[in-house]
Amino acid sequence: MTAIAQWSSVTRHFGKVTAVQDVSLTLKAGEATALVGHNGAGKTTLIKLLLGLIRPSAGSVSVLGADPAGRNGAGARRALGFLPENVAFHGAMTGQELMAFYARLKGEPLSRNRELLALVGLADAADRRVSTYSKGMRQRLGLAQTLIGAPRLLLLDEPTSGLDPASRGEVYSMIDRFRADGATILVSTHALAEIGERVDRVAVMHGGGLLADGSLADLRRGADLEVRLTLRVTPCTTGTVLDRLGTAVRCVARAESRLELTLPAGAKMDVLGKLATMREVEDVEMSTPGLEELYRTLVADKETAT
Amino acid sequence: MIALNIAAQEIRVGLRNRWVIATTLLLAALALSLVLLGSAPTGTVGADPLAIVVVSLASLTIFLIPLIALLLSFDGIVGEHERGTLILLLSYPVSRWQVVVGKVLGQTAILAVATLVGYGAAGAALAAQAEIGANAWAAYTGMLATSVMLGAAFIALGCLASTLVRERATAAGLAVGVWLFFVLIYDSALLGLLVADQGRTVGETGLNLLLLFNPADAYRLFNMTATESVSVYSGMAGPGDPSGLGPATLLAALVAWILLPLTLAVAAFQRRPI
Repeated sequence: MTAIAQWSSVTRHFGKVTAVQDVSLTLKAGEATALVGHNGAGKTTLIKLLLGLIRPSAGSVSVLGADPAGRNGAGARRALGFLPENVAFHGAMTGQELMAFYARLKGEPLSRNRELLALVGLADAADRRVSTYSKGMRQRLGLAQTLIGAPRLLLLDEPTSGLDPASRGEVYSMIDRFRADGATILVSTHALAEIGERVDRVAVMHGGGLLADGSLADLRRGADLEVRLTLRVTPCTTGTVLDRLGTAVRCVARAESRLELTLPAGAKMDVLGKLATMREVEDVEMSTPGLEELYRTLVADKETAT
Repeated sequence: MIALNIAAQEIRVGLRNRWVIATTLLLAALALSLVLLGSAPTGTVGADPLAIVVVSLASLTIFLIPLIALLLSFDGIVGEHERGTLILLLSYPVSRWQVVVGKVLGQTAILAVATLVGYGAAGAALAAQAEIGANAWAAYTGMLATSVMLGAAFIALGCLASTLVRERATAAGLAVGVWLFFVLIYDSALLGLLVADQGRTVGETGLNLLLLFNPADAYRLFNMTATESVSVYSGMAGPGDPSGLGPATLLAALVAWILLPLTLAVAAFQRRPI
């Protein structure tokens, strides 16, 4: 797979604050990557570096082989579609007029604009002023403008922040559609649980550093996470079950006919095998940790390490 | 090309939020009132009525056009930054100089339309009433052109203020300061300097140079001495060259006052963190 964009040992200071510290990350063609981290973790700084809006204090950034802040930066930006966090438009203009303006800036024909607006569900509102749009509609217009000129990389900075659940769902289903069309996407977010299953890869930022980078499954393995099991057992047999499982599991909660256990992900199959042979166990529910827990574990590990 | 797109968008926004129509009406109303009342103070002395209008209209323009220009431009960069539209604009394949030049071009076009239509209407109204000499027409056209240039100079200054500061309010304050300094304070300060100096160090050349350091003064001198008939009414007539500064020098000063702030604004914008 070819690299679309790359940060190589990038560090960026703002005065005395280090926003990004020695980050190396590659975005490969056709891959959807989630850039997760809390506010101020350096996500937006990474995106701004990629857009050439700021220059790295150390290290280098390349987009399609060019330095986005350099001489050919404008050419590199032509291949990008960007949705800023809290996207804003000139309220006096209509959706259609704004799309025309942005298409001209990219040197693209205006003929596809209606189609793009229809794609994000703004066909009926295209000739209304943006000041009459709801926040969700503005966000969708923001998504429509990222698609002008079929960009090779979509950068979506907090695409769902401040939206109600219905609008969030719409945004996610659009991201799914872009993915299905083979777009390379970088989504920055702190809504980890929502984005988790929609991307190929997760890059976790914390305090300006890249904490982890890989597929969700990779990260789960690496982070030594615990799986949670909820068992329904024949009344008054919880003690027997626990005895037989031995030290591999830890009991979190215990009731007459119910047990909640946590165990290392590595011991999962072993424990499940044992449970299958026990007559006392009537039902097993297993929950694997989501991105949210994964993130918490990674951050906690990092903080104990330093 | 990109700069022209940005200029066109600026004009579109100006039409939409009624800046264009408001400034045109304001300038037309003032110019027409000067034309219609214009003959009252002079009576019918057989002088070219347009020459009188050039003098009174130019005096009005010195106050009004810089103010309108600064109001148009102070918001240009810092306002877009504050509203959050600047980051999206710069994520497109545009260079920063194109944004600055495009905005200044668009705002100047808005002001040019307002000036040409507004003052042009006054000129047309006057032409319908009386016979106008070719000389006076030349002075009038010169005034129209330099009014647009004066506007462009203050738009460039406003744009510079807009790129230098972080908040809209600061830019607005700076714009007011620029207007007060160049339009009101500068001449009084200059007069004070001349009185205090008693001609010891600031000679004629020094004064001429100091007048070029203010776009409003360059504009005033250009229009008050434009033709002989205009000079008579502006009180600038006299033996020899009254100002010692030829029209070419004054025009060059105005052009410099457009280009210098514009260049500085581009340089400041290149360094502005987004």
